[in-house]
Amino acid sequence: MSESLTFHFDVDGEDFTSAGQASVQVKKNLRRLGISPEIIRQVSIAMYEGEINMVIHAGGGTADVIVSEDKIEIILADKGPGIADVNLAMQEGYSTATDQVRSLGFGAGMGLPNMKRYTDEMIIDSVVGEGTTIRMVVNL
Amino acid sequence: MTIGTIKELLEAQVICGEDRLDAEVHSACGSDMMSDVLAYVKDQAVLLTGLVNSQVIRTAEMMDMVCLVFVRGKKPTQEMIDLAAESGMAILATDMRLYEACGKLYMNGLVGNGRKL
Repeated sequence: MSESLTFHFDVDGEDFTSAGQASVQVKKNLRRLGISPEIIRQVSIAMYEGEINMVIHAGGGTADVIVSEDKIEIILADKGPGIADVNLAMQEGYSTATDQVRSLGFGAGMGLPNMKRYTDEMIIDSVVGEGTTIRMVVNL
Repeated sequence: MTIGTIKELLEAQVICGEDRLDAEVHSACGSDMMSDVLAYVKDQAVLLTGLVNSQVIRTAEMMDMVCLVFVRGKKPTQEMIDLAAESGMAILATDMRLYEACGKLYMNGLVGNGRKL
């Protein structure tokens, strides 16, 4: 693969039921490209957690997955409330999710730590009141 | 252990994936918290849960699981069944509680997270 391939998705923030659709599609696309199952799992879990976060906290956003020769980049961007204290948000178990979100099986404060765990690089760029962009890289 | 054996041990009903009953599985996990499944589970092929929503199917799909077991008499919606069928996953439903269902499978040799019985 000499040129990079980009997959773009709009993540609907209104509907919790459909959250994760983009990640499922990415998983299928990567399988078709012959990427190894372990890498596919890393990318899709990290992206799925990010997608859920965008739906729970930010009213949706966009997701771009760029596959190049040596890496897969996942860029998640939203215009949500932003993250006031990124270090705090990165702590396992810290969550600002509502009880309603917890009753749906999420909001354990594992999302961001999980995204970091499954990727080789993660940069969070967040401005309170403006939004958050997260760039993750999984090396091939 | 096959999915068919899980069905027998848990006196479960097959909701979808009747053709997958011969598939072999080697480990399982049980949780109602999908965040924790995504964080702690590694290579488990079966998820037992009492949580019923579409994200359960998507979480299982992200983890490459092949069988979902709904406990405490919970039944998935048609939308969930369609999602699972699309990704080739089998769904079982049992009246047993989560603890009891996990215990039965564990006692019969289906371990969790690589640990031996």
